[in-house]
Amino acid sequence: MHIVECVDINKTYHQGKVEVLALKGVSLAFEKGSFVALAGPSGSGKTTLLNIIGGLDLADSGRVVVDGNAFDKMNRSQRADLRLNKVGFVFQSYNLIPVLSALENVEFVMLLQGLPPAERRKRAKDILDEVGLEDMYDRRPAELSGGQQQRVAVARAIVSNPSIVLADEPTANLDSSTGKGLLEIMKQMNEKKNVTFIFSTHDNMVMDYADRVIYLRDGMVADDRVKR
Amino acid sequence: MAWRNIWRNPRRTILTISAVAFASILLVFMLSFQFGSYDAMINSSVKIQTGHLQIQAKGYQDKQSIQRVVPHPDEVGEIVNSLPEVDAYTFRAKAFSLVSSKERTYGVVVTGIDPAGEAEVSTLKNSIRRGRYLSQDDQNRESPQALVGKLLARNLRVGLGDELTVLGQGRDGSIAATVVKIKGIYSSGLDAFDRNAIHIPLKLFQDIYSMQGAVHQVVVVAKSLKDVSEIKKTVSAGIKNIDTKHFLTVLDWEALMPGLRQAIEMDLVSGVIYYLILIMVVAFSILNTFLMAIFERTQEFGVLMAIGTSPGRLTRLLLIESLSMTMIGIITGVVIGCLVTGYFQIHGIDISGASELLGQYGISGRLHPKLSLLSATSGPAVVLMITFLAALYPALKVRGLKPVEALTYV
Repeated sequence: MHIVECVDINKTYHQGKVEVLALKGVSLAFEKGSFVALAGPSGSGKTTLLNIIGGLDLADSGRVVVDGNAFDKMNRSQRADLRLNKVGFVFQSYNLIPVLSALENVEFVMLLQGLPPAERRKRAKDILDEVGLEDMYDRRPAELSGGQQQRVAVARAIVSNPSIVLADEPTANLDSSTGKGLLEIMKQMNEKKNVTFIFSTHDNMVMDYADRVIYLRDGMVADDRVKR
Repeated sequence: MAWRNIWRNPRRTILTISAVAFASILLVFMLSFQFGSYDAMINSSVKIQTGHLQIQAKGYQDKQSIQRVVPHPDEVGEIVNSLPEVDAYTFRAKAFSLVSSKERTYGVVVTGIDPAGEAEVSTLKNSIRRGRYLSQDDQNRESPQALVGKLLARNLRVGLGDELTVLGQGRDGSIAATVVKIKGIYSSGLDAFDRNAIHIPLKLFQDIYSMQGAVHQVVVVAKSLKDVSEIKKTVSAGIKNIDTKHFLTVLDWEALMPGLRQAIEMDLVSGVIYYLILIMVVAFSILNTFLMAIFERTQEFGVLMAIGTSPGRLTRLLLIESLSMTMIGIITGVVIGCLVTGYFQIHGIDISGASELLGQYGISGRLHPKLSLLSATSGPAVVLMITFLAALYPALKVRGLKPVEALTYV
């Protein structure tokens, strides 16, 4: 079963009078529970494809279906709602809410979902424990290392039981051992919760962890390898 | 979260809250001061001139003809006297006449007053600067006595004990003439009043001017300014029984002193313009704070949208932040404003610097602001409304943000 389907995706950016073709007729399908890396040089369209899959941006043409929901037929609020319930994001620069503690950052998504406080708190603590931050509940992002912040970001992405987690170069700002630790955690979540992970990356280590690597070049799929 | 966001930049937040608080303090105090000064102006003017209400013959206010009289003042007096809201009342009769001293002649308004009643309703007795006030015995025509305004006395070049010849026309068309002796010279502070009026006992007036027991005004002073409309309503209804031909009318201070009302309205309008400018400055401060917040937090808004925050929820978040800041400022401002105003309400403000101007309204010495629910809340409520509108623009602007652009905003 395909958790994500991209059919003939095209996207062009306008930078002043210059048109930049970011994606050209990309068609891909992702299996539920897969751990996929989108690789390729800068400007190849990795981040654009992630943004379109996550409903942060819309394709000029083509169709994206996430867990049976087509983004192109939705308004902004409906897309926000779909992101809230089906998609988790992990960003390169962590992007935690600076005024909230680690626990509150994780809780925030469940707050938006309208879960009761006690359940929110329990689930947030459980997931922070799982990513090894059991002593860091009350720390604000500024009081955490990069690796710790990224683990909070992973916890935030996973806590609402999304269908997919999209991670845009999640290890780019981390040293290799921290990055490896983070990948272990994400792989563990992927296997334990059967959540689909799609990364954009330059990092060979990420590609080593992936069970499928899709190479993009000039906005097109150049190679698509399933490793196991 | 909104609360924590407010305190991200404490210095900016404190400055913004201070601006709102300062505006609120100023508005509470200034509005109370204005209302206090209006009350003082009204009360002083009614005490010197008109009273809060008058019962007159219809048309007398516009054309003060001696023939337009209240023919049976005692009956009107009974109605007025029966009202608990009435503090005091008296009768007056007026006629334009020529008054001559040995050297000069002036046209003045001769007013017949009941010395005891007049002392209850007006400040005339307390305005005597030289000599003495009229007594009930002065109703005796054998030795008619008069009170003269200070400026008129100066113009006529007369002093205490000097005689004045009064010459006018009686109600029946006959010649009204008498000689009065100056018993007292008053200074009310109102130049127009002090320049062209003399007061004689009512009975003397009625005899000289052939009034046949009639008067021109039944002057009523209410216990409180807010009782005036109720008294007017009751008296209007009451006099219908004794005034079957509808010759009489009840006028309140606004009708009796339209100039004073206009002066108050003008002052209020200019005050409101000044306050609106002040509030706009505060609103721009709030607008600036929130536009800065949007620029600084654009990437964060992108994250919030990415993880599923709806545009409406983001707008609400920003509006809660702005309302929280404004409310802190307003509550602080109202509390401090009320305390400051309350202090000056008790102790008064020295207005000797503006005594000449305010003296024209009968105000002198100290002015007391009047703190009320209206003066304490109306200004701050407008601040709240306008700052909310100012915050609405950036809050709505956030709705237009595209997540992918916001996430990459630098």
